[in-house]
Amino acid sequence: MPGPRSWTRAFDDLSQGWRQRSLWGYLGWQDIKQRYRRSVLGPLWISISMAVIATAMGILYGALFNEDIKTFLPYVATGLLIWNFIQGCILEGSEVFIANEGLIRFLPAPLSLHVYRLVWRQVLFFAHNVIVWVILMIIFPHPLGWMSLMALPAFAVLVLNGGWITILSGILATRFRDIPPIVASLTQLVFFMTPIVWSYDRLQENPAVAERARIAELNPVLHFIEILREPMLGDAITWRHWIVVGVITVVGWAVALVCMRNYRARVAYWV
Amino acid sequence: MTDPTIDIRDARVDFPIFDAKSRSLKKAVLGKAGGRIGTESKVPIIEALRDINLSLRKGARVALVGHNGAGKSTLLRLMSGIYEPTRGQAVVQGKVAPVFDLAVGMDPEITGLDNILIRGLFLGMTKKQMESRVDDIAAFTELGDYLDMPLRTYSTGMRVRLALGVVTSIDPEILLLDEGIGAVDAQFLAKARDRLNELVERSGILVFASHSDEFLADLCDTAIWMEHGTIREHGPLREVLHHYKGHDVLAELERR
Repeated sequence: MPGPRSWTRAFDDLSQGWRQRSLWGYLGWQDIKQRYRRSVLGPLWISISMAVIATAMGILYGALFNEDIKTFLPYVATGLLIWNFIQGCILEGSEVFIANEGLIRFLPAPLSLHVYRLVWRQVLFFAHNVIVWVILMIIFPHPLGWMSLMALPAFAVLVLNGGWITILSGILATRFRDIPPIVASLTQLVFFMTPIVWSYDRLQENPAVAERARIAELNPVLHFIEILREPMLGDAITWRHWIVVGVITVVGWAVALVCMRNYRARVAYWV
Repeated sequence: MTDPTIDIRDARVDFPIFDAKSRSLKKAVLGKAGGRIGTESKVPIIEALRDINLSLRKGARVALVGHNGAGKSTLLRLMSGIYEPTRGQAVVQGKVAPVFDLAVGMDPEITGLDNILIRGLFLGMTKKQMESRVDDIAAFTELGDYLDMPLRTYSTGMRVRLALGVVTSIDPEILLLDEGIGAVDAQFLAKARDRLNELVERSGILVFASHSDEFLADLCDTAIWMEHGTIREHGPLREVLHHYKGHDVLAELERR
């Protein structure tokens, strides 16, 4: 039998967790229902609060940057929608094992089960928020075409990345408890560095700041937002973003798998 | 299907205590309760289990006895696969059903039925398999219409019934029970005992940590005496209990 630090055990964990999808599928739904238990509108609140924030921010920043509301409001809403998914994976990902301490210490189950459950929950949140996008697309028609279908593989890639982020930050944060607060404040910062409530293209049109604006490309989150936002708004696909995201996905999973191999068995001791 | 086995060789379980760094531990503390606290490394560690060698085969009914903190629960969790040994090996084959902390894995906000389903899924059952067992569990636990109520309305004893109902219904091969199932009434206890006995006869291994001599005498035939994270004695229940308590407990129980 292979020892605790082996690739076999790490991949076994991932595949066993995947096999228990009826369990994490159910638990993920339960998490969402739990949050809105006894409220009249239930999970509809997810979509409503998203709509309120997106509208308010769209109007506010639209006025500040003198943007056309017809394009800017859907732009902000779509950006926020994607950002919420990414942020959910990062923030909750760092707490994934800490939050499930009881289950980990008292019930034998693959570690990846908690990861799948978390990412699945974020997918469900995303699905609720997409309603806002649909409504905006009806009010402010965009030139959606066949290329918009690229949104599906783009979202799949985002989900895939949610997996490694959760594993990596989850394991590290369980060992070093200072990581969750660091992650929380960094995420807040990244939100403002990412073109969600401001437009990257608009900055480049201004020759005074165009050079400096290129720094924004160093922010990896920008590329993740763009691969999904472009097809969802009917914009032309920029393949540069896909390449960057592809590289991050491969490197991220490689690091997460090494971490999984070496520290999977330690998590139960650390929680 | 192969028979369930538990094989543990030279296993040890060390817990790093990261937030205890500031405490000055000049030398290893050896008290009556708890495992040994090691100080060799920078991070203090608790040697919860040391030099564990154990081999259990089908039909084993083992009682775990020892002081609080002697390592009974940790040993159970080592057997369940929750903790992989820091050193040595622990190979467990067979479907494990642990009943440790009754509150864990149970959601107080959802109904008893939903909790049965979740527990079952955690123990490796499918949704369909659990649905076909619900009637059986409802009959055994005698909870009836209460199963449609949220779990937060249950008493401790009722929760124990639910947890025992689930683990005994899923045909586990290795049943690991930690103390705490004493919260049920005597009548149900007798019923649970029969069911557990049946289960062990049909298939498998039972390991039971408890301070109740009566319960141990009913369910087990061998015993392991844990002390300071090591196995002090492993043998027939009567002898081990005699040495542990200092008097022949089983004989006294029989006399009653």
